Amino acid sequence: MADDLELRFERTVQAEARIEPRDWMPDGYRKTLIRQIAQHAHSEIIGMQPEGNWISRAPSLRRKAILLAKVQDEAGHGLYLYSATETLGADREDLTTKLIEGRQKYSSIFNYPTLTFADVGVIGWLVDGAAICNQVPLCRTSYGPYARAMIRICKEESFHQRQGYELLMTMMRGTQQQRDMVQDSVNRWWWPALMMFGPPDAESTNTEQSMAWRIKRDTNDELRQKFVNMSVPQAEALGVTFPDPELKWNEERGQYDFGSPDWDEFWQVVKGGGVCNEQRVAHRRKAHEDGAWVREAAAAHAAKHAPSKEGAA
Amino acid sequence: MSTTWPLWEVFVRGKRGLNHVHVGSLHAPDAEMALRNARDVYTRRNEGVSIWVVPATEITASSPDEKDPFFAPSGDKVYRHPTFYAIPEDVPHL
Amino acid sequence: MSFDNAYESLLGGEDAHWAFGTGFSEALSGVDREFPAGVDRDALASYCLMLGDDALIFSQRLAEWCSRAPELEEDIALANIALDLLGQARMLLTRAGEVLGKTEDELAYLRDEREFRNVHLAEIDCGPGPGGDFAATIARLLVFSSWRLALFSRLRGSADPVLAAIAEKGLKELAYHRDHAAQWTVRLGDGTDESHRRMQAGLERVWPFVDELFATHPVEARLSGVAVDPASLRSEVDGVLEAVLSAAGLTRPADTKAARVAGMAGRDGVHTEVMGYLLAEMQHLHRSLPGAVW
Repeated sequence: MADDLELRFERTVQAEARIEPRDWMPDGYRKTLIRQIAQHAHSEIIGMQPEGNWISRAPSLRRKAILLAKVQDEAGHGLYLYSATETLGADREDLTTKLIEGRQKYSSIFNYPTLTFADVGVIGWLVDGAAICNQVPLCRTSYGPYARAMIRICKEESFHQRQGYELLMTMMRGTQQQRDMVQDSVNRWWWPALMMFGPPDAESTNTEQSMAWRIKRDTNDELRQKFVNMSVPQAEALGVTFPDPELKWNEERGQYDFGSPDWDEFWQVVKGGGVCNEQRVAHRRKAHEDGAWVREAAAAHAAKHAPSKEGAA
Repeated sequence: MSTTWPLWEVFVRGKRGLNHVHVGSLHAPDAEMALRNARDVYTRRNEGVSIWVVPATEITASSPDEKDPFFAPSGDKVYRHPTFYAIPEDVPHL
Repeated sequence: MSFDNAYESLLGGEDAHWAFGTGFSEALSGVDREFPAGVDRDALASYCLMLGDDALIFSQRLAEWCSRAPELEEDIALANIALDLLGQARMLLTRAGEVLGKTEDELAYLRDEREFRNVHLAEIDCGPGPGGDFAATIARLLVFSSWRLALFSRLRGSADPVLAAIAEKGLKELAYHRDHAAQWTVRLGDGTDESHRRMQAGLERVWPFVDELFATHPVEARLSGVAVDPASLRSEVDGVLEAVLSAAGLTRPADTKAARVAGMAGRDGVHTEVMGYLLAEMQHLHRSLPGAVW
């Protein structure tokens, strides 16, 4: 019987059909998915903070509205993704607890500080751009609810990326001070953006099984290369450079060659040593704890007024 | 007492003439708040749409996969299976 | 879709790409922008600043909740409300700017504190800062949106076609804000002992600032037919608040009112101490890069 189920599962996945919540699935698949989707959801929620940092100071009312709407979208993305984990039997409260106790990760990029308003644009362009490279393939991921959430999210992310790029174009047409601000921001975000694709394939665990299960569709290095190829012409159009002396077109490969990010820094930040790790988690923990009495009150009110089940015919 | 709000499934009818379609889920303390949250989260407060919210625990579902062990103990409703009904072989076209 | 024109949101509209942001996608292009004959334009500009600053400053406060709300769903709801109010502020400042020869951003970022005309209720800290909590935030939202809804429903009849159009659009938004606040007031008032205590304290926190909402300002008095006399709203708003508080099992606070400062308050540009900090934060980047384009 179990073999039968497993065979059916594997055939479904190989046929590029979707696994749906009540289908039988291997435990490993379920666990890996919960971990991956939760990490993605946490990233959206923690990702509200670095950009949210500039809402109160946005330099025009139009930019303030755009930024607030964007950060709000991220809350929505987190919500869609937590919902997807709940179809697998996870619980948002439990996942939140794991996040604020540091037992589950989120994308390390959000442990970098946003120091100027140009960072809002560069995050849109490069960080959301990298996220899109990572996420577009997930619209075809084998788990149905995850794939559907990703379709919705990718649509919105592409808009985020465009607004980021548009902000930078506007700033580049402004004063010299603004242009310097943009270049400075690109210098700080380029390498961390490349690190968003994860460690080189040679060092990456999990990849093989996840590819077979179609919950990951391309390797880290493939996606990183794709991102570099996309970004270079965009940087040229913008009039900024990337801080990588090794970056150049390779005629033979038909791709850009580029240098290697500082993986020591990557691991240091992943392990909690980034400028903002503690602050980000503490912020989320405080919001969750400060809100406990509100959630409790609403639950208590609902319990008092719940229609009695016994009376129902 | 649990402070976790229950999960609600959200169904939206984008415009008149269409069916409600499942769009996702959310947490809310009660039905009224679930409706309001659904409007914020899934419809961008588009006034023209109709929303249903259903407690996730109140949904009874069939399995798309007959081999689903979830249903194995009680079996599905056998009377829905054609072989449940013994039909004399000489009855045509059944 | 574009965020370029503050008036764009006035004419119904197609789906925006933003999942939750509202009010940027449409245009006011169909609305008559002429000033009605005989209207006191300076007074009209001041009046637009009053209503615009109320929305702008309260929006700035509400946006502080972003990433800090008690639950994700509520984070999205509060941001929606902040976005609606920001949209209202942009339209109103733009209208004021048509008289004053200034842009919405010049008015938002380059006026000094004494030139802001918002009521104190919009500026005080009701949380997530140390001056309040979620209950105080809801208390302020309940009072503010009940009052502004009553105001906008009358403003639809304004002789200024732009104000009338802004009110028409804002009405649906404000009804939603009031409903949201009322729903929460009932849940917090009725929920647990702690939430009841906090909600009552939230009401006490904002109540001294209620009276100012209904004080007729000379600018309003000069704009008969264009502006709404806030004194005329009192009984309607009181009735709404009464109904919500009674459903929530809460007590209407005693009618204490914050004293004016040498006879002046927010509408006269005399604010509380927190206003300077709020503006310092809001304006500093815009002011520190003169000539920059955003």
